Amino acid sequence: MDHNDQHSHDAPHVVSYGQYVLIWLGLLALTGITVALAGIDLGRWVIVTALVIAAIKSTLVLNIFMHLKFEHRMFRWFVVIALATLAIFFILLFFDYAFH
Amino acid sequence: MKPSESAVHAGHHHRDDTGSKIGMWLFLFTELILFGGMFLAYAVYRLQYPNEFKLAAIELDALVGTVNTIILLTSSLTVALSITAIQEGKKHLAQIMLGMTQVLALAFLVNKYFEWSHKFEVGLFPQSDVLLSKPPGEIIYFGLYYVMTGLHAVHVIIGMAILAVMMGFIASGRIAKDNAVRLELGGLYWHLVDIIWIFLFPLFYLIH
Repeated sequence: MDHNDQHSHDAPHVVSYGQYVLIWLGLLALTGITVALAGIDLGRWVIVTALVIAAIKSTLVLNIFMHLKFEHRMFRWFVVIALATLAIFFILLFFDYAFH
Repeated sequence: MKPSESAVHAGHHHRDDTGSKIGMWLFLFTELILFGGMFLAYAVYRLQYPNEFKLAAIELDALVGTVNTIILLTSSLTVALSITAIQEGKKHLAQIMLGMTQVLALAFLVNKYFEWSHKFEVGLFPQSDVLLSKPPGEIIYFGLYYVMTGLHAVHVIIGMAILAVMMGFIASGRIAKDNAVRLELGGLYWHLVDIIWIFLFPLFYLIH
């Protein structure tokens, strides 16, 4: 285990230029989709599709640009806990709002 | 033998990259909660005033928002590329990429400046007579718009300052091939600012 730690410490994962550019192209495509969808009247689904696309874009940025995919698993749990905390805020607030 | 290994063996100058990254991520979570609170306020008021939000959003120029989205996404790419460049020992390329990031960040702010000046010209600014004559939902929409995109713009400016320091560190050799963790931390901050915008953009510019 000690040896493994040393290894990951000394040799950080180097992401290739090509992979970064591919992710960037993906992000631009998703931006195009979100703008195009905004032109169509989807009624209640407008906000849902916009947020789903924003979530997909954020996942790409977190995993590749922010190296989460290549870090120790602990970092992913950190992010999950932080997002879950925020989600709890939203859920509690909406319960309060709905029953007011 | 790798440098950090030799440092450990020599018994001094221990570096803990993982520890540094944990610290940065913890800081980013406080930022998440800061903006998260504002997104909560947005959610409640949008539920309360769905039609006013739609009407007010017409005043925003979706094209400016789209251009700024493309600019920020590209600036995230150049920061990411600069990290790979430094990890491969290409100091010069890393500096060029960070320089491009600065130019893109500046372009984002210039767009924002013109966007806000236009709003001010037509009288749409906090406490203006034009705005106060509108229904409460629209006043709240513009209040949230100015606070949230304004705080985001402040983060862009702080990010530019951080990346300028990183460029200095690369020049002085404090950030180098075998010691790129500072640049990685600066990059994390920049990408967070990008993610915040990924949500601000559709929520303010693309409501129809």
